[in-house]
Amino acid sequence: MLEKESKEELQNLLDLLNRFEEIELEDVEMEIGDLELWLQSSVAAPRVMPRVSPAASPLKARPTSILQADFIPPIEKYPGQIAEVTLGATKSQGGSRGKSLTIGGERAPAFYLFETSTPNPPIISLDVFDTTIPLAKPVKTHFKEVLGDPVAWAKLAVDRYGADIITLHLISIDPLVNDTSPSEAAKIVENVLQAVDVPLVIGGCGDPKKDLEVFEKVAEVGAGERFLLSSVTQDMDIERACAAAKKHGHAVLSFTPMDLNQARQLNRRLYDFLPKEQIIMDTTTAALGYGLDYAFTIMERARLAALMGDPELQHPMSSGTTNAWAAREAWKKMDPEWGPRELRGPIWETVTAITLLLAGVDLFMMMHPAAVQTLKDIIGKLAAGKSVSSERIANWVPTKI
Amino acid sequence: MSEKESKKASIKELSPIDVYMLLPKTNCKECGEENCMAFAAKLVNREMTLEQCPPLLKKENAKAYKDLWEMLKPPIKEVSIGSDDQAIKIGGKYVMYRHEFTYTNPTAIAIDVTDEMLDEEIVRRVKKTQQFSYEYIGSTLKLNMIAIRSTSNDPDKFKTCVRKVAEHTKMPFILCTFDPKISEAGLMAAPKAQPLLYAATKDNWKDMAELALMYKCPLAVFAPNNVTLLRSLAKTLLQYGVKDLVLDPGTLSGDGLGAMINNFTMIRRAAAKRGDEILGFPLIGTPIATWIENPEASAEVNSWNEAYLAATLIDRYADILILHSTEGWVLLPNVVLRQNIYTDPRKPVAVEPGLRVLGTPNENSPVMFTTNFALTFYTVASDIESGGIDSYLLVVDSEGIAVDCAVAGRKLTAEKVAEALKEAKMEEKVKHKKLIIPGKAARLSGEIEETSGWEIMVGPRDSSDIPKYLKEKWNSS
Repeated sequence: MLEKESKEELQNLLDLLNRFEEIELEDVEMEIGDLELWLQSSVAAPRVMPRVSPAASPLKARPTSILQADFIPPIEKYPGQIAEVTLGATKSQGGSRGKSLTIGGERAPAFYLFETSTPNPPIISLDVFDTTIPLAKPVKTHFKEVLGDPVAWAKLAVDRYGADIITLHLISIDPLVNDTSPSEAAKIVENVLQAVDVPLVIGGCGDPKKDLEVFEKVAEVGAGERFLLSSVTQDMDIERACAAAKKHGHAVLSFTPMDLNQARQLNRRLYDFLPKEQIIMDTTTAALGYGLDYAFTIMERARLAALMGDPELQHPMSSGTTNAWAAREAWKKMDPEWGPRELRGPIWETVTAITLLLAGVDLFMMMHPAAVQTLKDIIGKLAAGKSVSSERIANWVPTKI
Repeated sequence: MSEKESKKASIKELSPIDVYMLLPKTNCKECGEENCMAFAAKLVNREMTLEQCPPLLKKENAKAYKDLWEMLKPPIKEVSIGSDDQAIKIGGKYVMYRHEFTYTNPTAIAIDVTDEMLDEEIVRRVKKTQQFSYEYIGSTLKLNMIAIRSTSNDPDKFKTCVRKVAEHTKMPFILCTFDPKISEAGLMAAPKAQPLLYAATKDNWKDMAELALMYKCPLAVFAPNNVTLLRSLAKTLLQYGVKDLVLDPGTLSGDGLGAMINNFTMIRRAAAKRGDEILGFPLIGTPIATWIENPEASAEVNSWNEAYLAATLIDRYADILILHSTEGWVLLPNVVLRQNIYTDPRKPVAVEPGLRVLGTPNENSPVMFTTNFALTFYTVASDIESGGIDSYLLVVDSEGIAVDCAVAGRKLTAEKVAEALKEAKMEEKVKHKKLIIPGKAARLSGEIEETSGWEIMVGPRDSSDIPKYLKEKWNSS
């Protein structure tokens, strides 16, 4: 069962989980920096589905052998399809990336493999910050030598942690932080472009005016690279943001705060300027224990509605899964019975990610290498959809552990 | 909008009118509602039960009661495990997706012991399971059951083990063995406990069915990665007279993860959306099986895999889980996830902005603010209350966003804070003019001071540190 490859995977995971033992555990405050927003959800109306037929009457002869029953997988037809969006462009595609990545294209809910295979497996982007930010201790351990150096950080994410795509968060442009100018920010992006050859997501600071100025400049210097500009929001000058994306061939992330109607509204406005294939949406990620239920349900509803034909929600979905670290159970030292935060933290991020994977997320922005590796492994296995032997677990009950 | 997605798949929408037609229509108000139509609406929303209508319980209405019961019963049968007041209910779900209607009966979590563990080990695990407790915004998160496994293959050892467990806990059990003789030995040790019998298979179903009938126990049915066999077995057992089943399509890890998710999803959809009564039973997942699948992996890696398998199954319809790890970092994310998934999806994400008075503050008490994101508010309020601090907490309207995000997204501004101070007439309530702001709003401190005219003190970044912070820093003069 354990082939060489999976043994190595386990070993890698173990190494990642154990790294914390090598360093001293001083108490450090935590903060995520570029957290995304969440708010107001619409109120879901209750739905009730009673069964129609009464139960079969029980008093028949007791069977002496197994009564054969058939099982027909309950397959549904979906009129809608999710748009395909490509990020990153190779030389032949007009950019300089080693490869491009395509997400979306689903015709069924996430990993309903009995209905259809997964057209494009979800991808994971590692977060890179352009300036020193407070990080949760268990995360910081893995990045401490590159804090404040986005080029080194990007290289580390790609070379050591195998990132297929990275998100460069330009936190320093925030007028309340360093107020880095658009041309300085563009310089950082250029440096990162030269250091790694994976596709890039460009993250702003959350200030709609400043983000727009920076996006315009960055879009220009990265013309043809097919960035994802993260993100376009309702309070931004949509026309200008889209013009920059369109002119220089980038995609945009349509970000709304946990409300399907707002998501539709913003997408509708974007359609005036951009084709569907250049729009990914983010309906906001909240941490496990701190609103994940809202995030999960909004995404699940969005995806089901899109498949049932709602044209304004037929976009790949992105999640700022790093938000999981906003949960105090992820980063705080707790009583020993709750285990070390070096395990509690990454499993918190992993559980947040898996929950949203099942809701339909296509692009994860994540932080902890062990969480990233686990999710990648899970996605790989789900997408492969191998048939398996259940021989070993058939006898799980009497087997000693 | 999203009503579309469920309408198509659902068998039939239940309207209050359908229910009303069968009610006695006396408008007697004995149920506490204004009239029968209002009662019907509450029934449809599962806010009231048929038993709250006294006229309906009269003999002449027996047929109407039965028809209503059929109409209102959930497509996933509710199954009770354990005896009397210690019993736990599982299943009873009305829907496949949580946005359609609140999920009932949170996934029960069981921890295993085996009949070859030392007595101390058994007692330690049972106690740990029983004592597990985590306070999470107003509710206590707990574990629910003990799964007793026979690894010895010896009926006497199993009997002794069940007895031992029964001595130390009243939590319901799951008796895990494929051998009916061993299962019976376990039942003899606790004949009235009404445990879940795990499990009937294609080889032992008849004897297990006899035991389930004799001891009035629910019976799990196990057919790993074979839903057709599972359905055949369920059909057979129902015909045999066993009424309460729990279905196990197998918890596969590694390459089997996709098959596992699909099996659980197909079964739940068949039952909830297509009205398949044979599959309309609770589902059991066994993340513990990953330890057996990967005997060479370390305990840490197996715990890690078990943790995310459990989470996957909580998301994908498991009504019971059997786990092996008792590590806090494995269990905590899962009990929190369960709490999240089983909350009422209609619960608003924002609370009313405005002043909250915590304890009995006076003119020298501290004034703090937070945002109106429900989880932020409840966390902050509970931290302050558990610290026993008399204070004023100002809830500023951030459109329901948490502090850090609201600051970044300009939903929380100095103007809004100043406005909230004014509206709450704080200047009349306290002598000092000091406002403690959340650590995560530190960068607004200058602006708030300027706009409001209040002296700003930057509080801790996490509200759990408020009591400590006030002890060290608070001085009203």
